[in-house]
Amino acid sequence: MVVKLFLVPVNPDLQGRVFPPVASYLVGREKIREFARAVFATSPINMDPDAAKAAGYTDVVAPPTFPVVVQELTLQQLLAEPDAGIDFSRVVHGEQRFTYTRPIVAGDELTATLSVTSIKTLGGNSMVTASSEIVDAGGEHVVTAISTLVVRGDDA
Amino acid sequence: MIAEIGEVVAERTYELTRGSLVRYAGASGDFNDIHYRDDIAASVGLPGVLAHGMLTMGLAVQPVVDWIGDPGKVLDYTVRFTRPVVVDPTDGATVTVVAKVGALDDSEIRIDLTVTYNDQTVLGKAQARVSLA
Repeated sequence: MVVKLFLVPVNPDLQGRVFPPVASYLVGREKIREFARAVFATSPINMDPDAAKAAGYTDVVAPPTFPVVVQELTLQQLLAEPDAGIDFSRVVHGEQRFTYTRPIVAGDELTATLSVTSIKTLGGNSMVTASSEIVDAGGEHVVTAISTLVVRGDDA
Repeated sequence: MIAEIGEVVAERTYELTRGSLVRYAGASGDFNDIHYRDDIAASVGLPGVLAHGMLTMGLAVQPVVDWIGDPGKVLDYTVRFTRPVVVDPTDGATVTVVAKVGALDDSEIRIDLTVTYNDQTVLGKAQARVSLA
């Protein structure tokens, strides 16, 4: 007798699910500098509060991909969701997007809310698109971070 | 600022080392083992330790930031991760970014990025929309 084992696919019911907001994230000036150095940023507006103020900002500005730090907190929620069926060891980052209403500056207190906008199956793999809407302390939109995760369905 | 469609506005080469990956891991909080452990990378069938895709995305926009002169002018930035960047423990990895004007109107400009490692592109449809305001 041959027993075939099928991996649990990503739960299609996840599509449309909205998660509770994660605890707020306070953006520190040194964190922005640390992140800026790590992505080889050379703009003084990332590093120097005086340069940032001269450009019209209240403090140093985060590099364009910095929201990934806040988004990461929400993706952990998705991976930990008991009925999601997402095995982290099979996840590959497929696409990433950031859409801004305004830049992130040091001192911002940001809150992110994740929603799963799409689940697709393609050639045995699942494509999960997760959108994290990031707002400031006043509830105003700052940036939306969108990730498409490819969850491999087999060992190919 | 004068630019026209197809014009290369910036070009830069980055030398990634294992140290670059450790630094990015700490800064971003992404401590996935495949970005610093050869044994684990090998055990999951990878050709070596890989750069974080988000590190490649993060550095690829920097020539655009410097060209426009302000990181806060980036309105939208999107990429597809198409090939991994393998970072050799001694030789590292060289990543080249070419930034070209893809579209243009009165208020914003779209910069299309060609990001290569080992003569192959590693990002697909890498585009940054930048405010001219």
